[in-house]
Amino acid sequence: MKTDSGLVRNAAGRLVPTVSNGKEQVPYKGVAKYKPEGTKVAPPIASCKDYPADGNKVVKDLKTALKAAGLKDGMTISTHHHLRNGDLVANMIFDIAAEMGVKDLMWFPSASFPCQAKNIDHMDSGVIHHIEGSMNGPLGRYCSEGKMRGMGMLRSHGGRYQAVQDGEVHIDIAVIAAPTSDSFGNSNGLTGPSACGLLGFALADSQYADKVIVVTDNLIPFPCIPWQIQGNYVDHVVVVDKLGDPEKIISGTTQITKSPDRLLIAEMTAQFVREAGLMKEGFSFQAGAGGTSLAFAIFLKEMMKDEGIKARFIRAGSTKYQVEMLEEGLTDYILDGQTFDLEGIRSMRENPGHVWTSPFTSYNYHGKGNFASLLDIVILGATEVDVNFNANVVTHSDGLLLHGIGGWQNCLFGNCVILPIPSFRDRIPVLVDEVTTLCGPGELIDVIITERGIAINPLRKDLLDAVKGSSLPIKTIEELKTGVEKLCGGAPQKPKFKDKVVAGIKWVDGTLIDSVRQV
Amino acid sequence: MAKGEAGKRGKGVRSDCWISIEKKKSGGIALKVTSKVESMYGDSIRTTIQEGLKFFGITDAAVELEDRGALPFGLIARLEAAVRRLNPAEEKQLLPEMFSECTYATTRERMRRSRLYLPGNEPKFAVNAGIHHPDGIILDLEDSVHPSEKDAARVMVRNALRQVDFMGSERMVRINQGEMGLLDLEFVVPHNVHIILIPKCESVEDVKTVDAKVQEIRKRDRIDSDVFLMPIVESALGALRAYDIAAASPNTVALTIGLEDYTADIGTRRTTEGRESFWARSQVVNAARAAKVQPIDTVFSDVQDMDGLRESVIEAKSLGFDGKGCIHPRQIGVIHEAFAPADAEIERAKRIVLAFQDAESRGLGVVSLGSKMIDPPVVKRALHTVDQAIATGKLDEDWRDQK
Repeated sequence: MKTDSGLVRNAAGRLVPTVSNGKEQVPYKGVAKYKPEGTKVAPPIASCKDYPADGNKVVKDLKTALKAAGLKDGMTISTHHHLRNGDLVANMIFDIAAEMGVKDLMWFPSASFPCQAKNIDHMDSGVIHHIEGSMNGPLGRYCSEGKMRGMGMLRSHGGRYQAVQDGEVHIDIAVIAAPTSDSFGNSNGLTGPSACGLLGFALADSQYADKVIVVTDNLIPFPCIPWQIQGNYVDHVVVVDKLGDPEKIISGTTQITKSPDRLLIAEMTAQFVREAGLMKEGFSFQAGAGGTSLAFAIFLKEMMKDEGIKARFIRAGSTKYQVEMLEEGLTDYILDGQTFDLEGIRSMRENPGHVWTSPFTSYNYHGKGNFASLLDIVILGATEVDVNFNANVVTHSDGLLLHGIGGWQNCLFGNCVILPIPSFRDRIPVLVDEVTTLCGPGELIDVIITERGIAINPLRKDLLDAVKGSSLPIKTIEELKTGVEKLCGGAPQKPKFKDKVVAGIKWVDGTLIDSVRQV
Repeated sequence: MAKGEAGKRGKGVRSDCWISIEKKKSGGIALKVTSKVESMYGDSIRTTIQEGLKFFGITDAAVELEDRGALPFGLIARLEAAVRRLNPAEEKQLLPEMFSECTYATTRERMRRSRLYLPGNEPKFAVNAGIHHPDGIILDLEDSVHPSEKDAARVMVRNALRQVDFMGSERMVRINQGEMGLLDLEFVVPHNVHIILIPKCESVEDVKTVDAKVQEIRKRDRIDSDVFLMPIVESALGALRAYDIAAASPNTVALTIGLEDYTADIGTRRTTEGRESFWARSQVVNAARAAKVQPIDTVFSDVQDMDGLRESVIEAKSLGFDGKGCIHPRQIGVIHEAFAPADAEIERAKRIVLAFQDAESRGLGVVSLGSKMIDPPVVKRALHTVDQAIATGKLDEDWRDQK
């Protein structure tokens, strides 16, 4: 086992550890500069003879399933986050592990949420050694404060798939919460009391884990159609009373922002898209469920209607707003990565144009292409952007790790990447000299749209030319940053960090693009 | 020992702070700061507070600051307000640097289609008001400020005038009535305010008193730039005397009406149809036109109802008003759109303006379009329409060359 030692400066000039949690790391080499050799990993060969011929894999309870799967010290246990802040399953797993006296597990969620803050106790007591996955809220804070024994490792959705298929992370047991399942393990997220839409984040887990346990609160007779997760990967099925808290899994209604400032930014973004000639027949765009992003989609929708333009597809975390566009014929397809509200789930269930996807199809960098790079327009957020267009999405300016990467890094490969962001929040500048944590290299970020003006990456001469002579407030990013600093009373002090590296930030190809220090 | 407190505290507070200064006999300054921007501006905040205390000659005090991300102009304003409460006789003003973005001037004739009211004691609203580009931004010291906060609001508005970039919007302040309003003027006139809104005007005197004070301060401080007046009619008596009020001072550029108070005064309630205020609004339009100032309509206060706002603006325009008040930035675009001349109107105006120019160049006294003679007032209105179309982006400035 390698010891965690030494830092090396990567191609982005960031200091990153050479070893993390006993594994050697490759420092970031640059965009499209690194490709590992060899073959993908594979799970052990299974045989039908070991599984019931009647297809019924249901066992008594989760503890029985975990025991049968061979749960023991030091294993890696994975979960998905389609149940978001309503998930009850991740807590069940580690409560059982604690009861069984198991120690030093690595938890490998596709993202963690505040509802799983209970696992802080399991880290304190030694049941969980560390988390590799996005850490939102209290778990992020715990990691930031240097309390986690191992090093946190943050990956994008595509990066997580890549890490599993490339063998960087070996999942011993995958526990897949499934809103509907049959006894064979075929399952989906479309129906049931805990319906969440789709299960794409669990795809890699089902394909590559040694053992796969499906947990459901809605067992139906075979076959469960569609099988978003195929039962042929599944070892055991467990039925529980409740997978999650429906109100926290999905919101009844998603709200667009009410902030006039953010609405203005969203409107400017839609105007930019039109003026730059990006809104054209058959185009595609991605816009998530964030308030500004939704508002952008609504402004864009009006412009599309005005000009009679139709999109070929929208890449989404879907909400009722994208669904309306699909139903009004403004797009042929929604390629959906996760569903945020009831309307999204209904549409995915009923409309063949509302397609469930996975990080493999949409985001995986070590595949033979992915959908994210086909997008014409990508709308993303950031906590900070620097004068070189580098952006941060995981830490706040004070260095606290509070957000995950999500599909953010993967979407940077779209044709025009636009970040509609406020130039400052209260007295916190968003535009800075150098980002606290580097998550996305500036060469992939094309346009910054703030309430005080629009900055276009000088690398994108085509975009600069396209909006020349328009009424848009085009400025340089330095001008915008200088304005913010004047308003905020000068450049901010640099936050002071401790030496200990508490987390690594992976790039889409598995290399380390940056690290996060203890606050 | 004496204590002075100012500002806002608690979890929901944004871009503001709370400060308490307790005077001590000795021991120097004991400064306790908690700030959500500690890691970025902790040092800067402490320096600002120490220098401010020094400016006011406070050498021994226990000072506590709870900062929720106040920008420097707000932080300094809260400090000064606390000092004034500690020592009501304090006469010094702690002026933040006047930013170059705050020094632009206005003109008598400029468009005043939209004016956005902002509560003067809420720095978070002021900071981004300019990005929405209303024709005017009103920092309000009157009805939106609680009586116990008038002193603090005055200082906050003054500092906003010195450091907040309103991005070309006309810089307006609504002062209080009577004596308090005259004190307000001391805090705003020297800081490049463009228009003073005088609330609840009922007489020529109400305007002249404010005008005299403004001129006194301008003369004393050698202020060259114009400070215009916009009286607000808000009562039956005011409405009856609308013309006298509009004509009371050569510095008045617009006359407006406040309907909440007016309808209460005539013993009724405001309705959506507005039949109860039709007379007063027409009276204001006529008075303003007679006095050659701009007639500006009241605010539309339902921020959810954009269709209602649009109708209300179209109605105001048809009554003869040049502008409308608003209380939410999203209303601005709707107002500008509804005041903008319609396409057919612009086309007709362009033809008249061209005919007028043609007649002028040929030395003809009479303008004609086809076989029809065009009267001078029609030409004047056409020129106005073309200007408005240019100002609202519906017509290029060089439209004559694009034929």
